[in-house]
Amino acid sequence: MIVRVMGERQYRLDDDSLGRLNELDDRAQEALDRGDEGELGRYLDEMTALVKRDGESLPDDELAGSDVIVPPSDMTLEETKKFFSEEGLIPDIPN
Amino acid sequence: MGLMSRTSNVVKAWYSKLLNRAEDPSVTLDYSYERQLEMLQNVKKGIADVVTAKKRLELQTQKLEVEMPKLDEQARQALAANREDLARAALERKAFAQQQLQGLDQQISDLATQQDKLSESEKRLSAKVEAFRTQKETIKAQYSAAEAQVKIGEAATGIGEQMADTGLAIQRAQDKTEQMQARAAAVDELMESGTLEDYTSSSTQLDRELAQISAKGQVDADLERLKGELSSGEAKKELEKETK
Repeated sequence: MIVRVMGERQYRLDDDSLGRLNELDDRAQEALDRGDEGELGRYLDEMTALVKRDGESLPDDELAGSDVIVPPSDMTLEETKKFFSEEGLIPDIPN
Repeated sequence: MGLMSRTSNVVKAWYSKLLNRAEDPSVTLDYSYERQLEMLQNVKKGIADVVTAKKRLELQTQKLEVEMPKLDEQARQALAANREDLARAALERKAFAQQQLQGLDQQISDLATQQDKLSESEKRLSAKVEAFRTQKETIKAQYSAAEAQVKIGEAATGIGEQMADTGLAIQRAQDKTEQMQARAAAVDELMESGTLEDYTSSSTQLDRELAQISAKGQVDADLERLKGELSSGEAKKELEKETK
């Protein structure tokens, strides 16, 4: 499976690691639901660290899409909410 | 649904809107490529903005660093002249300058991190745009319309994701830069309006009073020196008279 760490790069991850990543992801989601910024940041940090430690990084010119994407761990609660809202955080390219 | 799937959905929704506008595969390819080049320009502009903001904060830092020893010296002069009130005012300003300096250091290092991240992002996007350009020509030359559609879909996913990723990095860097610019401007404005008394200007009340003390000290010293010269001059004349 290919995993992207947002703001960083893409990694190839085996199923075992992906399982652990999914567990952390569930906890991060719970922290977000509770509105606990500290916990959310910690889980996202752990997820990023796990992917970097266990994954094999893909070359820059690889054009493969990712199966899952880990959001940036330094986003505030407010940014995270905005990111998942309809307007999103990513701007349009100006014409 | 977890955070990772939700993030993937946001990213996909964004680049689908951006890239899948044309029906004809070859038009899609060229259109995508144009958007990618625009995006690269945008990243370069984003990096330039961060660098400009950092320069401005560095200038403020330099101004404050020049002021700190000056304020210290002024406090010393004021104390020597038995003006504790003035010494206190100078030291208060020094403390304020110190506080501003610490904040600025943190902001400058934040901006440096942003700059590095954006440069990395630009490098990755560049590499993918180049890979896409090569694939685009191969797809156009070798595949039937139906096959091309599939191939384009794959390449577009890879490049679209990177564009979304880079786009988010630029957006966040811009938000940060704007916040810092606003704070720097607020400090400038307060200084100009006199609320915080601009200690970089030489015309403040404190400076004037200290200048007066120091001028008075200088005048007193000069007077003493002249008196000394005069009396020794007279003594010399008297001595000359006696020897004649």
